[in-house]
Amino acid sequence: MTAFGIRLPAMSSLLIWGLLWEIVGQLDLTFFVPPLSQVFATLFEIIGTPVFVKALTETAYAFVMGVFFAIVIGIPVGILMGKSRIVDELLLPWVNIFVSAPLTALVPVLMVLFGFGLTSIIITTTLFAIWIIILNARAGVRQINRSLVEMARSFGATPLDAFTKIYFWAALPEILGGVRIGVIRAVKGVIIGQLLISIVGFGALFELYASNFLMGHFWAVLIILFALAFSISEFLGYLERKVAYYAAKR
Amino acid sequence: MSQTESSFAGAQRLGPDSAVSVRGVSKTYGAVEALRNMSLEFPRGQLTSLLGPSGCGKTTLLKIIAGLIPADEGEVEVNGTKIAGPGNDRAFVFQDFALLPWANVLRNVAFGLELRGVAKSEREAVAERYIRNVGLAGFEKSFPHELSGGMRQRVGLARALSVNADVLLLDEPFSAVDEQTRRKFQEDLLALVANENKTFIFVTHSIEEAVYVSDQIAILLARPSRVSEIIRPSSFREKGVENIRRDPEYLDIVDQIWASLRSYVE
Ligand SMILES: Nc1ncnc2c1ncn2[C@@H]1O[C@H](COP(=O)(O)OP(=O)(O)OP(=O)(O)O)[C@@H](O)[C@H]1O
Ligand SMILES: [Mg+2]
Repeated sequence: MTAFGIRLPAMSSLLIWGLLWEIVGQLDLTFFVPPLSQVFATLFEIIGTPVFVKALTETAYAFVMGVFFAIVIGIPVGILMGKSRIVDELLLPWVNIFVSAPLTALVPVLMVLFGFGLTSIIITTTLFAIWIIILNARAGVRQINRSLVEMARSFGATPLDAFTKIYFWAALPEILGGVRIGVIRAVKGVIIGQLLISIVGFGALFELYASNFLMGHFWAVLIILFALAFSISEFLGYLERKVAYYAAKR
Repeated sequence: MSQTESSFAGAQRLGPDSAVSVRGVSKTYGAVEALRNMSLEFPRGQLTSLLGPSGCGKTTLLKIIAGLIPADEGEVEVNGTKIAGPGNDRAFVFQDFALLPWANVLRNVAFGLELRGVAKSEREAVAERYIRNVGLAGFEKSFPHELSGGMRQRVGLARALSVNADVLLLDEPFSAVDEQTRRKFQEDLLALVANENKTFIFVTHSIEEAVYVSDQIAILLARPSRVSEIIRPSSFREKGVENIRRDPEYLDIVDQIWASLRSYVE
């Protein structure tokens, strides 16, 4: 973006929105929007507190585990679907249903099945993230150059070799794209899971702040979450660009 | 035609030392009968070209010999043993190079050895030697997308050479390079046939190329494919690369092949 012929750093438009927020807050129009400066003051205030650290570690744990399962299950399943007609026909309808299903509605069922704890939240997170990862890995494998596979076979590759040395790498640009979208969905999943279960992590924190009308606290936590989700997504975008050099030339 | 038959008979008298024997091979893809009862011998240490119209089953035959696709009927023997799949005794050079785009030249050339479980330092030493042999020294760390088509083809060739297989299967290896590079490659190929004691099976569309590089030319006719003639150029092979294209026998054979293929194009 440029203004008056000067190149502005990325995302400087955020400053304008921040300023607008501050003004609305200072005008004291609604308790719902405290001034941004106050939100940031609260943010630094709570960021080291044990309650916050506990919520963050619980959330991070559920998030990391959920994403981990989504990746280690999703990528091989997607690759298998891309390779094998039978597996594909068996699983594709389900994947297509779940990738667009309103998964939030499933969370209460999960709570009944797996209890009101971390397990349910981890499973929710995985469920939010896994489908798009599967679909992308599948798409990545389906566009693979057949002669690469034949080349590997002609030099005596075992099926496992083909999997780890050809399919995975050939599909990597698509896989990373899927993981990036999956991770963004996982952020949703972990927060929605916690909100519905609301006795662990940020769910508990939100419950606490909302019922006590601590809007500054509420926004502060939200900003932290947004910033975290954004950084993760940017990091994965960076990885994706690192493999882009061969994405166009397979 | 008489010349062809006499040279073919001459080959028979030399003894039946074939590196690869194809016996009664048939292959049908759905409704398309690609090969029917095809039999062909590939003499050891020589270069045999498969020449024929597009779609006549040359790639299919090559892949059956490589063990990449199974034949419906018949069998292929390599060094006297019936094949049941890909093997260390054969290496394939792909028409579209089939290089790993995420790996540099060194890893690509060493990839065949990597799949065969050769230790890293050892396989890289071998790969470096063949990279030098094909004239790519200095490009070890380059990636395929940084190379020209001709250079990529050399990487594919170096990869096939570095596994030290007895039989090299080349599927139209020079079709993606310009005319000058192609001629250079053809000369290099003649040197390879002379120096490496290997059997080459070479698919091409070009009559001139086939006559120029081959010890034996198998002319295939269109679907279902069968061998219509086998031609063994005899006299110009020893005259040196500069003289081949001027040799009367070379010119005669080119004309003769064109005469027999012409009817199928029309
Ligand atoms: N996987 C496949 N499925 C169906 N038909 C195939 C398949 N591969 C080849 N064919 C058919 O078999 C015939 C022979 O194909 P092949 O690729 O062996 O021909 P080719 O002689 O190599 O042709 P070209 O010179 O154009 O490369 C063609 O008619 C082709 O349509
Ligand atoms: Mg072909």
